[in-house]
Amino acid sequence: MSVVFEKPKSLTNAVLHYCPGCTHGIIHRLVAEVIDELGIEGKTIGVAPVGCAVMAYDYFTCDFVQAAHGRAPAVATGVKRSDPSKIVFTYQGDGDLAAIGTAETVHSAARRENITVIFVNNAIYGMTGGQMAPTTLPGQVTQTSPYGRDVETVGYPVKVCELLSNVDGAAYVERVAVNSVKNIKNAKKAIKKAFQNQLDGKGFSLVEVVSTCPTNWGMTPEKALQWVEEKMIPYYPLGVYKDIYAEEEAK
Amino acid sequence: MSEKVLMKGNEAIAEAAIRAGCNHYFGYPITPQTEVAAYMAKRMPKIGGTFLQAESEVSAINMVIGVASTGKRVMTSSSSPGVSLKAEGISYLAGCDLPAVVVNVQRGGPGLGGIQPSQSDYFQSTKGGGHGDYRNIVLAPASVQEMASLTFKAFDLADKYSMVSMILADGTMGQMMEPVSLDAGEVNTYEKPWALTGTNCERKHNIVNSLYLKPEALEQKNFERYERYKKIEENEVMYEEYLMDDAEICVVSFGITSRVAKNAINEARAKGVKVGMIRPITLWPFPKKPLAAAAEKCKAFISVEMSMGQMIEDIELAIRCKKPVLLCNRVGGMIPTPEEVLAKIQEANEGGAF
Repeated sequence: MSVVFEKPKSLTNAVLHYCPGCTHGIIHRLVAEVIDELGIEGKTIGVAPVGCAVMAYDYFTCDFVQAAHGRAPAVATGVKRSDPSKIVFTYQGDGDLAAIGTAETVHSAARRENITVIFVNNAIYGMTGGQMAPTTLPGQVTQTSPYGRDVETVGYPVKVCELLSNVDGAAYVERVAVNSVKNIKNAKKAIKKAFQNQLDGKGFSLVEVVSTCPTNWGMTPEKALQWVEEKMIPYYPLGVYKDIYAEEEAK
Repeated sequence: MSEKVLMKGNEAIAEAAIRAGCNHYFGYPITPQTEVAAYMAKRMPKIGGTFLQAESEVSAINMVIGVASTGKRVMTSSSSPGVSLKAEGISYLAGCDLPAVVVNVQRGGPGLGGIQPSQSDYFQSTKGGGHGDYRNIVLAPASVQEMASLTFKAFDLADKYSMVSMILADGTMGQMMEPVSLDAGEVNTYEKPWALTGTNCERKHNIVNSLYLKPEALEQKNFERYERYKKIEENEVMYEEYLMDDAEICVVSFGITSRVAKNAINEARAKGVKVGMIRPITLWPFPKKPLAAAAEKCKAFISVEMSMGQMIEDIELAIRCKKPVLLCNRVGGMIPTPEEVLAKIQEANEGGAF
């Protein structure tokens, strides 16, 4: 009997601690499948964030370092500069990457640091129980925006891909989602490209994955996927925001 | 003894680091330590190493964490306000048990303070600075030669005990030029089985981490760390004694102030006052034993420091407050003069203060 589906080699047997319906599980799997397919498990080093994915180091079979909140791209810079033959990736949430770690994100991109960044945007601080994130939508209710995000007083969401599209150093920036089979397939393609770019020495590659947080959004998993389609994607349009090599080829 | 060259203190640190096998340096400009970065910027590309000017002190120390986690020697340097920014990363280095060398060429504070020399980061360096229970090994050079030799020592101790070694210098030490020998001697290498080198699909993954959600496990980690610190307190204390054999008054001073104090001590000796000095070279571990021994025969101590009185607390603890400890200090970038120190020695000798 042929095996048609199995757990990626690059995932450990640890039981994920993520909430039911959370899409971190899907994204972990996609990253692990890509690592398997590229055959880079033995030379990959991951950098875990602060936030829901803080324990990513328990779930992947590759070496891992856990970074302070927002600092993963700086830590990844050190790891990569220490041994450029290693494949180094960070896995960060929206609070980590787009609030406290904005400087590290922008400047690792500006340096065209040859790393891969997986950015999970679920528009909320999940681990701490559902506070307003830099990517929380206008009007969205969270624990710290109980009357809905009021842009007059707390300002507007940060659109990371649009921001990085203006950073000369960024090599590849794409936004994907994991709320449908079609989107998941696209997400995997983007993640694979972001790792392949590093193997090819092409420099800073970031994939933003529009994700869900059913628990803190106060929705069923199904309703959360629908909310991604109806609210998140219109505000955070999917697509390639920057691909300097495609741009060069097109010329 | 190898040939001596004339060098600035900051440059001596940088060259010594490279000779100690440090091929990765991350920094950010701040007076009065910028020469370290400038020197590294020139030298590192020539040896195939990394010099990177980070976007902030915060990023620089996190890049240090990245390299340290791969098991290689790495250094950052800054001055007081910048070291405050590094405090988060230093705490993580401690929590992850990673070796690294951090240089602080101190300037006056608090806040933006000034750019002149100071020793007012003593508490920050020796008592923590960042959050949590941890220690740094703190080395206090008092000459350009020691800027180099204590840099060699710092890398060795950091690797030996898997922790941060800090070089606590000051603006004078960083800026002044003296002849220095840059012979690193034999550089020890240490096994680092925990290093992130890629599993090569041959071993279980290594994890560098400071998160322990189970309080029992975190407590155990802290206990283990402090067992290691205890060994350091037993084995790694460094200090210099100056004219202490018959001393009735003991000056305690480190770094640049110890040199001022030596002049004052010589003058006092010429006047017949029996005064000597204990100069801590390691501020942590602090030379408690020689101070306690001095308390048995000296009638008074004088802490000469460029702070509002920080090291003085460690002296009082070391001698269990058995004898009076006077404070002779200037702050804000001011350096005590030999006359000021001499006056304090005379005050202690006459016993007027107590």
